[in-house]
Amino acid sequence: MARWEGTLRKIDDYRWEIPASHKPGMRVPGLIYASEPMLEGIREEQAAEQVANVAFLPGIVGHSLAMPDIHWGYGFPIGGVAATRVDDGVVSPGGVGYDINCGVRLLRTNLRESEMRPRLEKLLAQFSVNIPSGLGSTGKIKVGKKEIDEILTQGARWAVKRGFGTKEDLEVCEEGGCLEGADADKVSVRAKERGLPQSGTLGSGNHFLEVQVVGEIYEPAVARGMGIDAVGQVLLLVHTGSRGLGHQVCDEYVRTLRDVMQRYQIEVPDRELACAPVKSPEGRDYLAAMACAANYAWANRQCITHWARECFMSVFGRSLRDIGLEMVYDVAHNIAKIETYEVEGRKTRLCVHRKGATRAFPAGHPDLPPRYRQTGQPVLIPGDMGRYSFLAVGAEGAIRESFGSVCHGAGRTKSRHAARKGVRDADVASELASRGILARAASRGGLAEESSAAYKDVAEVVEVCHLAGLCRKVVKAYPIGVVKG
Amino acid sequence: MKRFDVIEHTADTGVVAYGADLKEAFANLAWAMSSLMADVEAVEERVCREVEVKAGDCETLAVSWLNELLFLLDVEGLLFRRFEVAELTDTGLKARCYGEKLNPRRHNLKGGIKAATYHMLRVTREDDGHSIRVIFDV
Repeated sequence: MARWEGTLRKIDDYRWEIPASHKPGMRVPGLIYASEPMLEGIREEQAAEQVANVAFLPGIVGHSLAMPDIHWGYGFPIGGVAATRVDDGVVSPGGVGYDINCGVRLLRTNLRESEMRPRLEKLLAQFSVNIPSGLGSTGKIKVGKKEIDEILTQGARWAVKRGFGTKEDLEVCEEGGCLEGADADKVSVRAKERGLPQSGTLGSGNHFLEVQVVGEIYEPAVARGMGIDAVGQVLLLVHTGSRGLGHQVCDEYVRTLRDVMQRYQIEVPDRELACAPVKSPEGRDYLAAMACAANYAWANRQCITHWARECFMSVFGRSLRDIGLEMVYDVAHNIAKIETYEVEGRKTRLCVHRKGATRAFPAGHPDLPPRYRQTGQPVLIPGDMGRYSFLAVGAEGAIRESFGSVCHGAGRTKSRHAARKGVRDADVASELASRGILARAASRGGLAEESSAAYKDVAEVVEVCHLAGLCRKVVKAYPIGVVKG
Repeated sequence: MKRFDVIEHTADTGVVAYGADLKEAFANLAWAMSSLMADVEAVEERVCREVEVKAGDCETLAVSWLNELLFLLDVEGLLFRRFEVAELTDTGLKARCYGEKLNPRRHNLKGGIKAATYHMLRVTREDDGHSIRVIFDV
């Protein structure tokens, strides 16, 4: 792949601008959050060109943004954020991606590492039995054709109603686990058919369940508010999305919107940037269908949470209350949301596309649950399975400049194919084991593809966001047990 | 003749499939996708499924063809190893696909594919052979 040779104008140590003059058609400049040493890696692929392409979207305001975990995607870069005016701007399914509401959920426990270690292998084995994962796996929940519509419109609330988890879980979930505006009639029969057998499955690829141990606490008071108070405390991180249902919704709407772009006289430089005015029938339909897929994903993470809790209870032979497996938070990192920000001095309703980016509202934001109103929204930033993950909180800077958004993970540096070349799963597993990390994968090549060497160091990524004032680091946690889909 | 090459793409995986004619390139494209997900040689021909897709142009047809196969994988658990493209125009394809239900014990499953995307999509027709390039979201 050719190196990207465009201009990156330094604004300060963490902000690099792609001027709107980079190519004709850009409506706003691009802005990449990165440290100087990261730039070399960013230039090695065409992700920066994708930032410039996103700046073509009608109605885009501020900058076409990319977080430091930026890497080359399709249409949008991964790590991309774009806000378009609801009144005269567009919505682009490519700005959300195929895995609508792919996201992460963090749970805390009362357990300490010393209690967890002796039972870890058993717990991971239990996860593999109790939580369907890998290619072709089907869910344990039998969902009827009518009930699927309830999942699509109620999200995690449906799951709680069915006995998977508690009402308290919903309070600490982005959007309460249910995005408004979902209209199940806007989701095709085919998408629903694809979703039916997969309700309550982890999926494959980079989706995972990870048992972690708190390593460092940067802000003890904030961490306490999240139920985290000691180094060595055990956490559980769940990463999955909307499975085939979301993929089908995206595919169908990319096609629909591409076919109507001409009618709306919209031109974009990449087919994956297909879009339609937010207020057009097609744009509204997409958002209604996207909300359904987002809700499906929240229901999915809620069911998986329930089964993970069952696994802990059976392995420890203790009650859930005793184990204290409670939710810290759940965030979407592939989604488009209607939110209000100040643009050129005026409160403006925007459609914020987050493609591999996490919402990061600061303290005092009215949309936060009471529990986090004083501290800010927890932001979950997983690293690769061999290193560490971060828990942060949204900061004021995110509202001022990144439409309430921050990074979502480490960001890949190596393609899956390259990562797998000459690397055996067993070698990756034994290298991890030598460092105290038990890892298993449902898919062959799954561990090699996800090895540390394939990813940026998430600490560098989070540091940039922290120093740029978009979020503040709260906790660093180390993986000790990983089940990859 | 080589049936396909894998393309390096940071987050995702792509393929370029080849064929003496376009029908063969479409068949090899589907075969390439199956082989990214499982050990295709281990898949037996127990089921034959007729697939028909339509699209506005040849590139879109390639994406629709692959996504139709992913649909059958998700909904019916079917994985195919042989593809006979019976009819092909720029806007329509009819094919018979042979394979069986996915079996984790026999098929040595790799990761799944979420979708075939329109990113870097290209159909090339040349005198000495045809090729189709597709990037997958994995």
